[in-house]
Amino acid sequence: MQQMKYRHKEARMRSDVIFDAVNIVLVCIVVLVCAYPIYYTIVASFSDPNAVITGKVFFWPVGVTLDSYRSVMRYSSVWTGYRNTLFYTVFGTIYNLFLLLPASYGLSRRSLKGRGFLMGFFVFTMYFSGGTVPYYLLIKNMGLIDSPLVMILPGAFSVYNMIITRTYFSGFPEALREAAKIDGAGEARVFAQIVLPLSGAIVSVMALYHAVGHWNSYFNALLFLNSSEKYPLQLVMRQVLLINQQVKADTTGMDTEELLDMLRRNRLAETMKYSLIIIANLPILAAYPFVQKYFVKGVMIGSLKG
Amino acid sequence: MQRHGRMTRRSGIMQGMAQYLRENWVFYLFILPAVLDVLIFRYFPIYGVQIAFRNYKVRQGIWGSDWVGIKYFLQFMHSPNFFQIMRNTLLLSFYNLLFGFPIPILLAFMINEIRNVRLKKFTQMITYMPHFISMVAIVGLINLLLDRESGIVNQLIVALGGKSINFMGMSSAYRTIYVASEVWQHAGWGTIIYLSALSAVDVESLEAAKIDGASRLQKIIYIDFPTILPTIVILLILRAGSVLNIGFEKVYLLQNDLNRDVSEVISTYTYRLGILNGQFSYTTAIGLFNNIINAVILVAVNQLSRSLGDTSLW
Repeated sequence: MQQMKYRHKEARMRSDVIFDAVNIVLVCIVVLVCAYPIYYTIVASFSDPNAVITGKVFFWPVGVTLDSYRSVMRYSSVWTGYRNTLFYTVFGTIYNLFLLLPASYGLSRRSLKGRGFLMGFFVFTMYFSGGTVPYYLLIKNMGLIDSPLVMILPGAFSVYNMIITRTYFSGFPEALREAAKIDGAGEARVFAQIVLPLSGAIVSVMALYHAVGHWNSYFNALLFLNSSEKYPLQLVMRQVLLINQQVKADTTGMDTEELLDMLRRNRLAETMKYSLIIIANLPILAAYPFVQKYFVKGVMIGSLKG
Repeated sequence: MQRHGRMTRRSGIMQGMAQYLRENWVFYLFILPAVLDVLIFRYFPIYGVQIAFRNYKVRQGIWGSDWVGIKYFLQFMHSPNFFQIMRNTLLLSFYNLLFGFPIPILLAFMINEIRNVRLKKFTQMITYMPHFISMVAIVGLINLLLDRESGIVNQLIVALGGKSINFMGMSSAYRTIYVASEVWQHAGWGTIIYLSALSAVDVESLEAAKIDGASRLQKIIYIDFPTILPTIVILLILRAGSVLNIGFEKVYLLQNDLNRDVSEVISTYTYRLGILNGQFSYTTAIGLFNNIINAVILVAVNQLSRSLGDTSLW
C-alpha cells in the first residue's frame, strides 16, 4: 500500500516535470516570436543597407553604421512630426486628465443624486455612436478642420477609463475625507489636496494610457489635418513607410532605367524605414520597462468591475 | 389646511434639494466638463445620424435637407458591393475572433504555470511589449519584413530554395497577415485580465486536488478553467457585440489596390465614399446599418449567455 502510494506520487512528479519542460519550451518560443521582429528592426536599423537587403542580417548587425539614422534626421518633416506629436501628447493628456479625474471622482460618490442617470448617459456612448461621417461633419461645422485643436479637444473624455478611475476612487477611505472636512476643507479642496495626492497610482496609469494613445494615434490627423506642417509623427511615418510602398507595388510602366534608379535609392530608404520605426517608438520603448507595472495595474483595476 | 400641508411638504422637498445642492454642487461641477464633451462629441453625431434618412446638402444643413426615408439603406443593400463588403467585414472579424480570443487564454494558462518567478516576469514583459507599438509602425514593419525583394521572410524562402512571394500584393494573404499580426501584437496584453482572474483560484480546491493526485493539466482543466470562465464569457459577449466594428485603422493601413477585393470592409468603404467622396447621407446610412446589427448581436449573445448560464452583462 505504502509502496503504491509512493509510486503514484513518483509518477505524478514525473508527469509534472514533463509538463514543466513542455511549458517552458512553448513559452520560450512565444517570447522569441514576440521579441524577434522588434529585435530585428533594431539590428537592421544599425546595419549596412546592402547587407540588410541581400539578407545577410539575421541576429547581429552587419557593417554597423549610423547612416540610416543620419538620413532620417535630415528629413525635416520627421522633426516637425516629432515636435507636433510632443505638443499634442502633452496638452492632450493634460486635457484628458482635466476631464477624467474630477468627473470620475464625482461619479464615485455613491450618494450622488442622479448618478445612475449620468452613468447611463456616459455608458450609452460605449455601445452606440453616430459613426464616422456625422462626426466628421460636426468637426467641419465647428471649424476645427486643419486646426491643431482637433488633435486635443474632440472626444477627450474616455468613458472606459472613467469606469476604471471611478472604481479606484470609490475605494478611497471615507475616514480620511471626513477628517479633512472636519478641519474645514470644502469638497473641492478635499479632492485637490487629499484625494489626488494619495491617488498617484491611478493618476499615473491614466496619464500613461492617454499619453500612449496620443503618441500612437493617426486617425484624427488623417481625417482632419490637411497641412503637412501640422502632421503628427505617425502620419509622417505613414507617408514614408506606406505611401512609398504602394507606389513600389506598381512598377508596371517603368522602363528599366527608372527601375534601376529607384532600386538604388531604395537601398538606403529601406534601412531608413527601420530607423524611423525605432525613432518614432523610442520614447515608449525606452520608458516601457519602467512603467509596465502601471499599465498592468490599470487593467487589474478595470477587471475588478467587469 | 390640506393645501397648506402640501405646500409645506413641497417647499420642504425644495429646501431639501437646495440644501443638498449647496453641499454637493461641487461634484456636479466636476462632472460638467465631461458631460459637455460627451454631449458635443458623442451625442451630437448620434443626433446627426438622421442625415441617413435625408438627402444631406451642406448648404441646407441637417434640418433643411429633404427627407428621403430608407432610400440610402436600400441603395446600400442593392449595391453591387454590398455582398462583398459584408462578407469581408464578417470574415475578417470572425477570423480575428477565432484566433484572437482563445490564444490569450491559452497563453495565460502557460504563463500562470511558470514556476520560476523571474522567467514569469520576463515573459510577461516581452509579450506585453508589442501592444505599445503604434499601428503605423506595425504595418510599416509588416511591409518591410514581407517585402518581395528585401524582406527577411522572402530572403529566408529564397535561401531555402523557394520562390519569393509578393505577400502584400496577394488577396489571399491579407486576412492571414491581418489576424496574425493582431494576435502577435495583442495576445500577450490580453492575458493580463485572465492572469488576474487566475490569481483568485480557490486555494482549498488546489490543495484537495493535489492530495487526490491531480496532474497539472487536470488542475488547469478542472480548477483554473472554471474559475476564469465568467471572465471569458463577459469578454466574449463584448467582443461579439463589436463583430462588425473591425477597426478601421489597421485595415486601412494594410489596404492597397491589389488586395482591395478582400480588404474593403464597412469602415474603409465609408471612409472612401463618405469623407473622400462626400457621399455623406449614403455612408451615414451604412454606418447606422452597421451599428444596428452590432446592437442586435450584442443583445442576442447576452440573452443566449443568460439563458445558458448566469453570466451576462445586464
